Amino acid sequence: MPTLPHLLRLLRSLHAWRAILAMLLVAAAGQAHAGKTLDGIRQRGQINCGVSTGVAGFSAPDAKGRWAGLDVDICRAVAAAVLGDGDKVNFVPLNSQQRFAALQSGQIDVLSRNTSWTLTRDASLGFHFTAITYIDGQGFLVPTKLKVTRATQLKGAQVCVQSGTTTEKNLADFSRSHKLGIKPIVFDTYEAGFKALFAGRCQAYSADASALASIRSKESPNPADYTVLPDLISKEPLGPVVRRGDDEWFAIVKWTVFALQEAEELGITQARADAMKASDDPAVQRLVGSGEDMGKLLGLDKAWSLRALKAVGHYGEVFERNVGAQSPLKLPRGANRPWSQGGLIYAPPVR
Amino acid sequence: MSTWDFLLQPAGFDIGETGLFAFEATQPVWRALMVGLGNTLRVSLPALLLATVLGMLLALGRGSSSRSWRLLSSGIVDAVRLVPLLLQLLIWYLLLVEWLPDANAALSLLPGVWLSKGGLAFPWPATGDGGWAWSWPVQEAFNVQGGGAVTPEFLAVMIALSVYTGAFLAEVFRSGIEAVSTSLLEAAEALGATRWQVIRRVLLPQALRTILPATTNQYLNLVKNSSLAVAVGYPDLVSVGNTTLNQTGRAVECVAVMMGLYLAMSLLTSAAMNAFNARQASQGGLA
Repeated sequence: MPTLPHLLRLLRSLHAWRAILAMLLVAAAGQAHAGKTLDGIRQRGQINCGVSTGVAGFSAPDAKGRWAGLDVDICRAVAAAVLGDGDKVNFVPLNSQQRFAALQSGQIDVLSRNTSWTLTRDASLGFHFTAITYIDGQGFLVPTKLKVTRATQLKGAQVCVQSGTTTEKNLADFSRSHKLGIKPIVFDTYEAGFKALFAGRCQAYSADASALASIRSKESPNPADYTVLPDLISKEPLGPVVRRGDDEWFAIVKWTVFALQEAEELGITQARADAMKASDDPAVQRLVGSGEDMGKLLGLDKAWSLRALKAVGHYGEVFERNVGAQSPLKLPRGANRPWSQGGLIYAPPVR
Repeated sequence: MSTWDFLLQPAGFDIGETGLFAFEATQPVWRALMVGLGNTLRVSLPALLLATVLGMLLALGRGSSSRSWRLLSSGIVDAVRLVPLLLQLLIWYLLLVEWLPDANAALSLLPGVWLSKGGLAFPWPATGDGGWAWSWPVQEAFNVQGGGAVTPEFLAVMIALSVYTGAFLAEVFRSGIEAVSTSLLEAAEALGATRWQVIRRVLLPQALRTILPATTNQYLNLVKNSSLAVAVGYPDLVSVGNTTLNQTGRAVECVAVMMGLYLAMSLLTSAAMNAFNARQASQGGLA
């Protein structure tokens, strides 16, 4: 254990100052994040994935503490593509106020936390939105006994919302354009808002329709006492977000999502991915790694998309397992079907 | 683009409770922050008064000759000081929201005064075109509209702050009074002063010397503790500042503005208390 006089003698030598200068330069360079996200991930052997503190169906820990959800599966797919194993993810729970600062500061590599893609967030916070993983809209959850059937009937109502989301702004726009005089009651946590609704403090709770479905089915004392109104008052395209400055990482996250979505169009499921190596379709071959090497162009190997598919399945499987027919939420695919089936999921071709 | 330009942009969000101001989503961000500041003052100032009154009552109770009053006051003071303020705030809010009647079936305490989960509504002067008139609250489909209103959030924050700080102030008052040596009081009584004269001319000037600085401390704590209002949905400065921060992405500037405003409030409070203290010291009594 060096003593204090020993340390002081060390500082007097030029050698020590060079070492200190080198450490400061490395620390400063680490702040710049230019192209360093992917290197950091490879060095750590883990992706730091920002998720929510518990939104059922999107990112929530299950009874054993294992994270599950649509956003969680996207991170697992990226981890499988880049690091070879879908479990090499460190999930960082963040509330709606911490999420952007965490991504800006480098605490997380990707934010997969049902975050809406808006101009302000994409252009002014130093982020890139990668792809759309869930097409949502803002809705209202009302107690059935109020006999409200349309959102325009909420004249003068007090509506509970969560702070730090696009919800407040959309609610103000909706109230102004329909002259409803809605009074928002803004809570800082997800739970405080809908608990106030269940206590009768407010006449409605407004959030993304997917979150409302999960609140109604999992959190409400009696789901039959609450209705999700059919009106969607805004567009909320949800998807993973990355920092600017690392174009390689941006491309990898984006194209992993597109690969999962295109795999659904081609029918490549989690169970049959390996077997489909024998397919003659070049599009299928590219996705399962038996055809052209697309991975090399992204800085990965040939089997990048095959690993992603074997980790979580194609987009449709991810949807149904987490928020669709096989989950307690039972959300309809709606706009989240592939374009070939009349929906809005249109992935650019992986070629 | 200057980093402070965002203050002039339209806010884009509504504020549920604005006090004496009228606020629209089309107004600039700096006005929203002013409304938040107004809300902080609106809850802090009545809480300061209530806390002082409560502190005096509890201090009297602790020094009372009756054992049951002593026990009751000590119990309240100890319990309130030991439980974190955030928990107390949440408990008050829960109680208020559970017990109050539903908003679409408000209870009319007096003609024109309605109590419900939507808050306490009362008649309030409202400016219209060409002068002002009384605006009376009326029960509408969902809740009571019109008049002035204080929400359960406001009531919960005010009550929690008053009770919490009142308990600390009780101890400050009691210790200040007990620090005055009894020989001084006995000497004054021996000179023939009445009880009231002893208290006013001998006890209080001595006690205030100890009490005032500690009270300043507690007042500053109360104003800063009002920032916990964000946990129950009361739109104080921190809550509005947070919303602005999230909508505009300007984290550093918004926090700097909030810090600056809290600093200004604290400096004003302590300057006022120090002036009061100096006046006491120079005039030697509660003149």
